[in-house]
Amino acid sequence: MKVHRAVKPVLSIFLALLIGAAVILLLGENPVTVYGVMFKGAFGSTNALAGTLVKTTTMIFVGLSYGFAYKCGLVNIGIEGQLYMGGLLCSLTAIYIELPPIIHIPLCLLAGFVGGAAWGAIVGFLKTRFRASEMITTVMMNYVAIFFVSYMVNGPIKAEKGTYPQSEPILKSAELPTLIPKTQLTIGFLIAIAAIVLYVLFWKKTAVGYEMEMVGSSEQVARYAGIPVDKIAIWSMAVSGGLGGLAGCMEVLGVQHKIMEGLSAGYGFDGIAVSLLGNNGGIGIFLSSFLFGIMRYGGNAIQMFTKLSVAVIYILQALIILLVVVDVFKRSKRREQHVCH
Amino acid sequence: MASMLELKKITKRYGAFCANKEISLSIGEGEVYCLLGENGAGKSTLMNVLYGLTRPDDGDILMDGQKVAIRSPKDAIQHGIVMVHQHFMLIPALTVLENIVLATEEHKGVFVEKQQVSARIREISEKYGFRIDPEARVCDLSVGQQQRVEIVKAIYHQCRLLILDEPTAVLTPRETEELYAIIEQFKKEHKSVIFISHKLHEVMHISDRISVLRNGENVATLNKGDTNESELSAYMVGKPVDLAVEKANICPGEVVLKVGSLQVKSKKGNLAVKGLSLSVRSGEIYGIAGVDGNGQSELIQALTGLSRSESGSVQILANDTTNTAPGRVLSLGVSHIPEDRQHMGIAMNQSLMNNLILYDYRNPEYRKGCFLDWGKARRHAQHLVEKYRVKAPSLNQNISYLSGGNQQKAVVARELDKGPKLLLAVYPTRGVDIGAVEFIHKEIVKARDNGCAVLLVSSELDEILVLSDRIGVIYEGTIIGEMNREDATVEKIGMYMAGIADRTPEEKLEA
Repeated sequence: MKVHRAVKPVLSIFLALLIGAAVILLLGENPVTVYGVMFKGAFGSTNALAGTLVKTTTMIFVGLSYGFAYKCGLVNIGIEGQLYMGGLLCSLTAIYIELPPIIHIPLCLLAGFVGGAAWGAIVGFLKTRFRASEMITTVMMNYVAIFFVSYMVNGPIKAEKGTYPQSEPILKSAELPTLIPKTQLTIGFLIAIAAIVLYVLFWKKTAVGYEMEMVGSSEQVARYAGIPVDKIAIWSMAVSGGLGGLAGCMEVLGVQHKIMEGLSAGYGFDGIAVSLLGNNGGIGIFLSSFLFGIMRYGGNAIQMFTKLSVAVIYILQALIILLVVVDVFKRSKRREQHVCH
Repeated sequence: MASMLELKKITKRYGAFCANKEISLSIGEGEVYCLLGENGAGKSTLMNVLYGLTRPDDGDILMDGQKVAIRSPKDAIQHGIVMVHQHFMLIPALTVLENIVLATEEHKGVFVEKQQVSARIREISEKYGFRIDPEARVCDLSVGQQQRVEIVKAIYHQCRLLILDEPTAVLTPRETEELYAIIEQFKKEHKSVIFISHKLHEVMHISDRISVLRNGENVATLNKGDTNESELSAYMVGKPVDLAVEKANICPGEVVLKVGSLQVKSKKGNLAVKGLSLSVRSGEIYGIAGVDGNGQSELIQALTGLSRSESGSVQILANDTTNTAPGRVLSLGVSHIPEDRQHMGIAMNQSLMNNLILYDYRNPEYRKGCFLDWGKARRHAQHLVEKYRVKAPSLNQNISYLSGGNQQKAVVARELDKGPKLLLAVYPTRGVDIGAVEFIHKEIVKARDNGCAVLLVSSELDEILVLSDRIGVIYEGTIIGEMNREDATVEKIGMYMAGIADRTPEEKLEA
């Protein structure tokens, strides 16, 4: 049974690659070549590997964000919005406050976390106060956040030079130091790894983690046990939003060095897939983030070196998720039958 | 009697666990066959096999001597086998007629001939004395009536063999009598019934033949005339049981729980608890007897802070706890064995371990800063499992895989090991096998002997009589009669339960 659980995502990925191969064949390309291009694009050089890890970093944060809320029984579809709000607060701190790097970077990260957390906490509040489904409100809040950032970079914080809707560049003191010179791979990757370690420690070892997990598995049991369920829900949405906000920080401080429209290429939604594929666990999220990093970065190579568009990657992603979800469905059905006797 | 259905060496395994071991039995036409056994004995698995819900690993099913393959409930229905589950398969928002139409497939074209179906339902209802209005919405029917709708559905399907899975668990005594009458009518028409139960007196009353299952095996098949209740219970548990519990004399102390004119609304919005008052002292068991649905659930919800009361007061150990948070109620030393184990008492998708430490994680003793001391927590959980004899392969086992009795023992272990000052025990042995019943009863008495005040809610009169020191009967949201155990008789409590209030002392004098 246990082997099953770990093997199944791998099986889904393999199957997805197989079906994807058929699609590529239909499009008139050789799947072996296309996959080869993708892997070369993702691993072929130091630059390629760095690029993959940069994508992985963002994926880790959005994946942890979804996983955190999910373990507490909440579905956070609003990571995209939290990423934008986190990115906005982070960039304001990074552009307008002058500080030495040792303080400036942590302060920017904190600002980003708070931005996302506040955005998430609002959803938690609406849920507990008005019983508003978080699945709906998070989606709505995405639009508010994205358009708010759009307004900001078109008006109040628009760079004086140039016509693009984007902010001034962030101060050098706020840029994340690179791990490999002349690449975008920064200490952000290490921060992401640290976040995973904290995530695992939180759920496995802490008392609050246990408490949240119980709320996640049964709200009724949690209420019965005297756990303040509403408070917990707001907190978990806040932390989940904060992790989404950190994903925004990674883009602002490590990659773009400014904030603009289209800061995220739908990363917030990838978070759902990353977490699902990783079974909401820390190590699972790391592995699936890496996979998504490969696909995202290697996908660019497909676009460049073959006739296919990057949409092939989206097809692959969709297939993986579909197969994982179908699998989950099967598993729960079997469990039901077990209970019968 | 010609045998209508025969099961031959049915075997069903779930991993290493064998739910059914070569079970064979045969049921004659017009026979009421009873399957008796503790929870987890394999009754439900066997019926799921017969009804096509699971496939056996081995064995054959024969109808009228012919081997048949039953791969789905649809196949079963085609062979005239219909099962009425414990949880009814009805859509509450639809009418009786609509529910029955839904279950049939004989539509002529796009339109359903409602008139015809309706006439058929009335015809069936009259024949069996059901008194069911086809136009009534299912959600407006009582549980007993809903069960009858299920039976009508079965008859509508030309059922020859009706499987009733613990049918009386949800019925009032009166409704139970009516069900017996329906079963008698079935017999007259040479139709057969499989009756699943773990209540001995029911089994002795209604069945012709009885098979006792234990640990997945058919340990005995007996004719009713050749056996008696004590023999059956011995087969069930493998050892003779003593339903009575030894109790020391009562020595009650201070008042622990005091409820004054409490009013609580139900979820539907009507007043379910109507000015109820009672008090429970330390070292005594106060038993609330009554038919389900007379405000018991709402009372307990209000006492524990899980729902708000409209008016009145609740005091626990001289603290005002009216409409306070559940956490505060618990912190005063209250334990609660809840009514709905599977939704409230345990988190079904969690391990046994995580369910056992539901309170410990807040205890500073089990914490190192913000971390939980898992080693200590595990040792404590292990201690609970041993002390309360919870049978489980490991602490990491998902609790949903344990039998109902063991799940309940885990709840009892968790709640009683806290050393509560007040215990709210709500249907503490519902759906639990005899062995576990005895154990749970003893533990409750032990808590009471240690000075705990116990408020027991049960619809089983036996349980109330065995455990209680004082008894209050709840009827339509108030305690309409209260008495000491010595003064209680089944008849007296029965009168109250039916809503017939006590005569005043003056009336007694006149009589």
